[in-house]
Amino acid sequence: MTDTSRRGFLKIAGLSLAGAAGGSALLGAGGGPEPVVEGLPADPAGAGRRLAMVVDLRRFGHDDELIERCIRACHQAHNVPDFGDDRKNEVKWMWAEDFESAFSSAEFAYLRSDLEGKPTLLLCNHCDNPPCTRVCPTKATWRRDDDGIVMMDWHRCIGCRYCIVACPYGSRSFNWADPRPHLAAPHADFPTRMRGVVEKCTFCEERLARGLEPACVEACANDEIVFGDLNDPGSKVRRLLAEHLAIRRKPGLGTRPEVYYIVEDPQTLIEAAPAAVVTGAAESDHA
Amino acid sequence: MLEKALSGGRAYWAWIASLLVIAGAGAACWLWQLGAGLTITGLGRDVAWGFYIAQFTFLVGVAASAVMVVLPYYLHDYRAFGRITILGEFLAIAAVIMSMLFIFVDMGMPGRILNVFLYPTPSSMMFWDAVALGGYLVLNVVISRVTLGAERRSDPPPAWLRPVIVLSIPWAISIHTVTAFLYAGLAARPFWLTAIMAPRFLASAFASGPALLILLALVVRRVSGFDPGREAIRALGTIVTYAMLANVFFVAVELYTALYSGIPEQVSHFAYLFLGLDGDASLAPWMWASAVLAVVSLVLLLSPGLRRLETSLVVACVAVFASLWLDKGLGMVVAGFVPSPLGRVAHYSPTAPELAIGLGIWAVGLLIVTVLVRIVLVVRGHLAHR
Repeated sequence: MTDTSRRGFLKIAGLSLAGAAGGSALLGAGGGPEPVVEGLPADPAGAGRRLAMVVDLRRFGHDDELIERCIRACHQAHNVPDFGDDRKNEVKWMWAEDFESAFSSAEFAYLRSDLEGKPTLLLCNHCDNPPCTRVCPTKATWRRDDDGIVMMDWHRCIGCRYCIVACPYGSRSFNWADPRPHLAAPHADFPTRMRGVVEKCTFCEERLARGLEPACVEACANDEIVFGDLNDPGSKVRRLLAEHLAIRRKPGLGTRPEVYYIVEDPQTLIEAAPAAVVTGAAESDHA
Repeated sequence: MLEKALSGGRAYWAWIASLLVIAGAGAACWLWQLGAGLTITGLGRDVAWGFYIAQFTFLVGVAASAVMVVLPYYLHDYRAFGRITILGEFLAIAAVIMSMLFIFVDMGMPGRILNVFLYPTPSSMMFWDAVALGGYLVLNVVISRVTLGAERRSDPPPAWLRPVIVLSIPWAISIHTVTAFLYAGLAARPFWLTAIMAPRFLASAFASGPALLILLALVVRRVSGFDPGREAIRALGTIVTYAMLANVFFVAVELYTALYSGIPEQVSHFAYLFLGLDGDASLAPWMWASAVLAVVSLVLLLSPGLRRLETSLVVACVAVFASLWLDKGLGMVVAGFVPSPLGRVAHYSPTAPELAIGLGIWAVGLLIVTVLVRIVLVVRGHLAHR
């Protein structure tokens, strides 16, 4: 790319950023927020939405199948390269850690047996107060005002990795090597990246703009992951948080993550719901 | 004035040529990195910054330390520094350019580096670091160019230069403070989350920079008729002594806070540095070497007889420089990443191409110092007899 065309391109990127700040989705058709999924009404009052995710750990067992399905759905939809066991070059938007590592700041002891070593889905927390956007020297990553999504502009990122250093959750990945040879079947609807830029989960903002749920939510059949607007008192995410004990990762840092984890005993599901819905969870319950 | 660097004997040109070869090898490795990506370095998902950023940090300190000769000479009219102040400024120019190069080679998308100025972001310390370093480079180029030009005409420096020189003093402090803030404000990295980081950076800079300046002045004396003056070297030795003491004190304060509080995420990084963690003790020998060198240097510096003896002063300066280079140019950055926020202990060591690129940048720095010093020597007539 020549210098002048690069500059022209950067200007375009800047304009679309201004458009996003004005209230329309970056990749969407524009024209203001539209009703998206259940629990995500339009925003007539202009107060903005606060998109959040609730991961209901009660509904995840110790078997990795569901987790694998979520990760695969995410990584396929977004052309995330697969580096196999190469931890050094690894790129990931969604992954699993055992429960104790995921919530390392909680220092559990004598943990309830169903949570011990339980694979826990992790992704970008889309913090209300994101430490990563603050440090970016080019505004290539920013928190979108109208819905709280922490966005990423791969065309502006200079690859300094300051955001990776500032993220307390390990949610950001750098393309150490060219990712394209590591894509099994590139998805034509989504851009691929080149070496040298940072990427991460964007709450599927490109799918939301088309009225679709995030890919990982869609991959779940029984509300294992619930997505919605916390500013809507009637939304499913608000109801879940009001009725259950949910925790967030490293709450003491003041980042205010928007990904919540319900950690109640799976038994509570059996008491509250028809057994057919929760057989998977019941199997994993050691009690 | 640069044409003055173009005259010299065989030894001079052999030195220049060998530096160019090393710089060329570094450039070739950088081109490789540009094509293949930063994957050819030892960096990765867990240790995202390493050798490059650590060298950048160390060199910003060397650059800032010019203030240790500029301040006594211009503000307190300390005449003994008359002949070496320009060396301090030249060292600063070379160090700033080197630190900028180290940032540049660390970028994943170096072609987009100007985005830092196209989309200025005051909330980012990296933006302020770019502004501070650029400004400091301009200040030192202007000051040294104008003072040397005046010296050549046997004029006093113009009056307008004085406020510029005075401005360069707090500016020097600011470049290293901002560099410390680059690390010290991150909730994700408890090892760096310490209020004493900026003072500690300054103390280590004011020890390692003047130590390097002493060595440079003595080398220049050996290869030319230039004499920095006994008093100047002694005064610099005193500065190194106090700064090294302050640095060791700050490190002790840091260790106390982490170890006495016993907070695991504070202790774990020091444990990794000095004892190793999960079987990875690769940095421990270097960190212990740094500690031993610090003690050795202080023993030499604190006894007045040894400090005045040039041989032992040279040994002390080498020890100070090596000790602080290991601490700041290697351990400080890497330990911030190990263990990771998720508790992982990842191994990092720079790869051969990574080291070659770093060596190439050091060669560029030496080249800049050589050429600039050459100009001074020609202007001052120290080479007339050769």
